[in-house]
Amino acid sequence: MKLLDKAFRLLGSKGARYGVPAALLLAMTALPFFLDDYALHVLWNAMFYALLALGLNVIVGYCGLCDLGYAAKFAIGAYTTGILMKSFGWNFWLTLPMSILVAVITAVIIGAPTLKLRSDYLAIVTLGFAEIVRITARNLPITGSASGLNAIARPSLFGLRLTKISHWYYVFLVLVVIFVFISNRLRHSRFGRALAYIREDEDAAQAMGVDTTRYKLYAYMIGAVLGGVTGSFFAVTMTSISPGSFDFTQSANILLAVILGGMGKIPGVIAGAAFFAIFPEIFRDVPIVGNMRMLFFGLLLIVVMITRPQGFWPERKRG
Amino acid sequence: MVFALSKWEVLLQQGVNGLILGSFYALVALGYSMVYGIIKLLNFAHGDIYMTGAFVCLSVFGVLSGVLPGWAGIACSIVAAMIFSAVLGWLAQRFAYRPLLGAPRLSLLITAIGVSLVIYNTVMAITNSQPLFFTSGLDNAAGIKIGGITVTYIQLILLSVAACVMIGLTLFIGSTRTGKAMRAIALDQDTCRLMGINVNKVIGLTFLLGSALAALAGGLACVYYGNVQYNMGYTIGIKAFTAAVIGGIGSIPGAMLGGLLLGLLEAVGTQLLDSSWKDVFAFGLLILILILRPNGLLGKSEIERM
Repeated sequence: MKLLDKAFRLLGSKGARYGVPAALLLAMTALPFFLDDYALHVLWNAMFYALLALGLNVIVGYCGLCDLGYAAKFAIGAYTTGILMKSFGWNFWLTLPMSILVAVITAVIIGAPTLKLRSDYLAIVTLGFAEIVRITARNLPITGSASGLNAIARPSLFGLRLTKISHWYYVFLVLVVIFVFISNRLRHSRFGRALAYIREDEDAAQAMGVDTTRYKLYAYMIGAVLGGVTGSFFAVTMTSISPGSFDFTQSANILLAVILGGMGKIPGVIAGAAFFAIFPEIFRDVPIVGNMRMLFFGLLLIVVMITRPQGFWPERKRG
Repeated sequence: MVFALSKWEVLLQQGVNGLILGSFYALVALGYSMVYGIIKLLNFAHGDIYMTGAFVCLSVFGVLSGVLPGWAGIACSIVAAMIFSAVLGWLAQRFAYRPLLGAPRLSLLITAIGVSLVIYNTVMAITNSQPLFFTSGLDNAAGIKIGGITVTYIQLILLSVAACVMIGLTLFIGSTRTGKAMRAIALDQDTCRLMGINVNKVIGLTFLLGSALAALAGGLACVYYGNVQYNMGYTIGIKAFTAAVIGGIGSIPGAMLGGLLLGLLEAVGTQLLDSSWKDVFAFGLLILILILRPNGLLGKSEIERM
């Protein structure tokens, strides 16, 4: 563990802090020229999880709230885009603002009453709400019932119709960069520091004049918006969405990525997400590990919480 | 319909079904409420303890059915399930929760999710994701007719067992020394330590009791519904928590009341609405209660301590 900390400290040094992400970005940009479609798809999936994890990170990592239904946030974005495009013939890019709007509205509906209460109520309410979203999507005709929405049109960007996986690879790469930028700016802003204060000691934050309920609601809204946008892009990349892709396992996976990666630490969260996306691909054919991986993650979660409660790659505390 | 039941009789029949469902919710909700009351942990693994209870009951009955048929066998199986689950709950408490009692509550909650994942996936692996079926050899439909509605013997036994257990628990918490210690720890753990109460032991006992109650519900559900599956604990886990919140979390009579109320509302609601919306109804109710009366029906308003 000491060695691990040392390695992370090295990665956190001044030169590495900009050098490593830049090198990584360069490598990611070059990769599509060398990899086949399958490998690109796996990497796309990793970036997709990274986006979700970055979104959830604002809620869990920055603010210390527990959201057990993050899949519902991206389901809402995906269905908003899907319905507007399928039933109303909207252009994809125009559905994005709507997706953001719907995410904000639902976040307020769920967050405003519960965030005033004990914070662990949020966990169960988000869980219940995720079930409501999933069941509603399964029962309504407009959401395509159990089979979901299919054949959602692929959008074009600057005249290029985005049909190949390599196109989406680059779209998601840009999204990851944007999300990282947003997360980073958030963390170092006045707002971000208020969230960190709430996470570390809510009572003290309140005593120092931080309007905790309002800030928690904002954090929750930002997380929901990031999830919704990711969902919208997910809908047009996959071209089909169904209630099955938004169950509790999905929410648990995203939460695990954030927590095991290191709550609040951006590279840690991305590494966690990549691990969760790539791990099943590697162990798909190993019979026992393939089936038992959630068991393994559960054990890992308990051990990490007891021995390294800040996650594998925690945020460095500044004195 | 072949039977010409009046609308009221249908509703009454649903009321009986609702009471049964409500007893399951109430038994599971008690464990939630006790644990939440004492260490402020939303024990996410509680639904899985219920599921484990159902599985142990089914397996033990499978072994016993040749020797002890009928109700004797069922009773022994349920007791075995309660013992097994109580130990499982205690182990989770001892090795996963106790080291984190002083840590932020988020870590504790996440650990509980970890415990839930471990139990869930272990059972899933053992049963190969297949449902198992329970056949007691008893006549499930036998019962007494009151007017137009039928109450089966299984339902009667189930209701009386649940009632006895709830009365017993209320007496235990209300009038024994250990019960008093539990209530005291819920109020102020540190002062209890100073007063010479063995806090860890009492917390362990709370987990033993709560898990045994969940396993009782699981065993009864296994007998009543006749099938058991690895994911049966997930929904009832959230619903029982909903019930605990409706009644006022931390309050023992509240958990019972909330459970029964939720069961009744759900059964009657299913009659009036489409059954595919059943869960939406329950979780919508949870959100509504939290908005309108966050401390529940019987909960005392409480200021969160620092």
